[in-house]
Amino acid sequence: MATIKELSRKPELLTGGHRLCAGCGASIAVRQVLLGANDQVIAGSATGCLEVSTTPYPFSAWKIPFIHNAFENSAATMSGVEAAYQSLVRRGKIEKKMKFVAFGGDGGTYDIGLQSLSGAMERGHDMVYVCYDNGAYMNTGIQRSGSTPFGAATTTSPAGKVRPGKPQQRKDLTQIMAAHDIPYVAQASISHWKDLVKKAEKAFSVDGPAFINVMAPCPRGWRTPNEMTIEISKIAVQTGFWPLYEVEDGEWKLNFKPKELKPITDFLKPQGRFRHLFKPGNEHLLETAQAEIDKNWSRLKKRCGVE
Amino acid sequence: MAKTATKQKIVAMTGNAGCALAMKQINPDVVAAYPITPQTTIVEEFANYVANGVVDTEYINVESEHSAMSACIGASAAGARVMTSTSSQGLALMWEELSIASSLRLPIVMQTVNRALSGPINIHCDHSDSMGARDMGWIHLFAETAQEAYDNTIMAIKIAEHKDVRLPVMSMHDGFITSHAIDRFEVLDDADVKKFVGDYMPKHSLLYNPNEPVTFGPFAMPAFYYEQRKQLRVAIDGSKDIVMKVTDDFAKLSGRQYGLFEEYRLDDADVAIVVLGSTAGTTRYVIDAMRAQGVKVGMLKLRVFRPFPAEEIAQALSKLKAVGVMDRSDTVGTLGGPVYVETKAALYNSKQRPAMQGYVYGLGGRDTGPDQIETVIGDLVKVVKGEESPREAVTLLGVKE
Repeated sequence: MATIKELSRKPELLTGGHRLCAGCGASIAVRQVLLGANDQVIAGSATGCLEVSTTPYPFSAWKIPFIHNAFENSAATMSGVEAAYQSLVRRGKIEKKMKFVAFGGDGGTYDIGLQSLSGAMERGHDMVYVCYDNGAYMNTGIQRSGSTPFGAATTTSPAGKVRPGKPQQRKDLTQIMAAHDIPYVAQASISHWKDLVKKAEKAFSVDGPAFINVMAPCPRGWRTPNEMTIEISKIAVQTGFWPLYEVEDGEWKLNFKPKELKPITDFLKPQGRFRHLFKPGNEHLLETAQAEIDKNWSRLKKRCGVE
Repeated sequence: MAKTATKQKIVAMTGNAGCALAMKQINPDVVAAYPITPQTTIVEEFANYVANGVVDTEYINVESEHSAMSACIGASAAGARVMTSTSSQGLALMWEELSIASSLRLPIVMQTVNRALSGPINIHCDHSDSMGARDMGWIHLFAETAQEAYDNTIMAIKIAEHKDVRLPVMSMHDGFITSHAIDRFEVLDDADVKKFVGDYMPKHSLLYNPNEPVTFGPFAMPAFYYEQRKQLRVAIDGSKDIVMKVTDDFAKLSGRQYGLFEEYRLDDADVAIVVLGSTAGTTRYVIDAMRAQGVKVGMLKLRVFRPFPAEEIAQALSKLKAVGVMDRSDTVGTLGGPVYVETKAALYNSKQRPAMQGYVYGLGGRDTGPDQIETVIGDLVKVVKGEESPREAVTLLGVKE
């Protein structure tokens, strides 16, 4: 992998001036992923913050060819682009080596776009799919998604008198994608840029589909200060809320192994969306959250052969 | 008509096999499709061509029709010549993508084998699927026979990709009636089709010139959205001339001349039926029989439904005394079927115009025999004779009371 000095000299493919919020994790995720590409990249995005903020007509922040189609189909759309590429190369109409990446938020990936993603991965297109996971439908005003953590208050799972935020645990999308038995699946965080760029590099280099799930906090939805984005993503990793791992040709590998996990409250406490969990009488909810982390962490370690 | 095609072959095959054959001869860069009755045999037949190396198309077996149209949009934006096929629920599932394809001005060609929309679920022919998609900015061509389905498929490519059109085209034929019945028709030589459709090179694409990157599908707020929708109207209105230019070029090649619509025994007619799809054949048969009895009846068979040739239709029908419009789909909650409503509206500002009645027929594959056409003509004659006033309410033909 390139050094940080070399990476700093790489041209920015997503330029500044886009309208994403200060402290948004999505653009950081995109820029780190694109740093892992060494060939011409064609990008696409599902409808969402990333898309509306980077392409307000007549402007575009993308310095590479880019397509947005709709919400649930960024994988299917990019699979069409990739198929066109294979065809046009075969017919001698294009020679340049190109790579393909589709981005989607957790709403467009865990929920409405899961079928389209699963289909594209199963068909074996030579493309990378990147989910920038901020744990809710942030673009439409912080509604609950399949990725929203247990207990989080969103506008459709508010913390009320009888319901303390989202009652369900999150869906483990990375493992669902690993079950597709594609060449490369990884979970990464914008706080661990070296790990993420390396994973992106691997994803772009494999022959066939690759999937990366990237922790990309949303200060608006999480009720965290803008300047805390990187720090809170780091805490997500340190608490085991967001373990860093990869599945390369079926081999599971844990990329970050702390001696001991920090308590999940370190991740929950700074976020306004979990404030209600810290009220007296809600201790059992914090215990439930911790128990879920412990269970998942122990399962993941077993899968990765770590004791 | 003199034709320039070196040779044509007479074949006996189904309408679907004819469409698959046309697709083979076109050899598109990408096909993304999902099976659905009664379209399935098109994609099966095409899969055979792919499996046997007869074509070198990149064939994407998507997991749904929504993804079929999504992948077609991606592939077309990438710069490829793209085709697909669907019916009924499949078209309904594509709904969201249809207006994105036309708004992005992507020349995707889709065989739409007409089948009734659920519910109740039904697999047989009516036009409720494509008629439900009539305002999505696609060009709509209707075929009466397997010959027309085959011919329209080839012409659709040229129309869609024309630099002044750049719009997707839906090419319709009737489920089971045309799709699964074996018909006798003429097919062009592979080389003639290849030459006719030519090479495709889009002006803008994702792949051809990545050094000058293009963003497809940006976010257009109130300051820009309206103008883009206007451009779509201008494009589809203007496509009428291109449709006819391609149609005339095709006639020079094949000897088969089509129009925006066909006028059958309309010159001296007092009454006429407006219809599209396979029922035009039955109508022609009934007209000949009634002409023999001295009834001056004709037919206007619509081929191009979008862009709707309102001016030409008004001109063709204005001198008649009574016209019955037959729709194989119902637009519930309004005056009648879509062809009726639009034909009637097309004539509103004519100084001279016929009395008009709307008929719905054949929903969900209900058989439409000559008796129903005779009923319509009989009704129109009564109106002409002053024995009945033109009906305001739509008449449902062949429905059990």
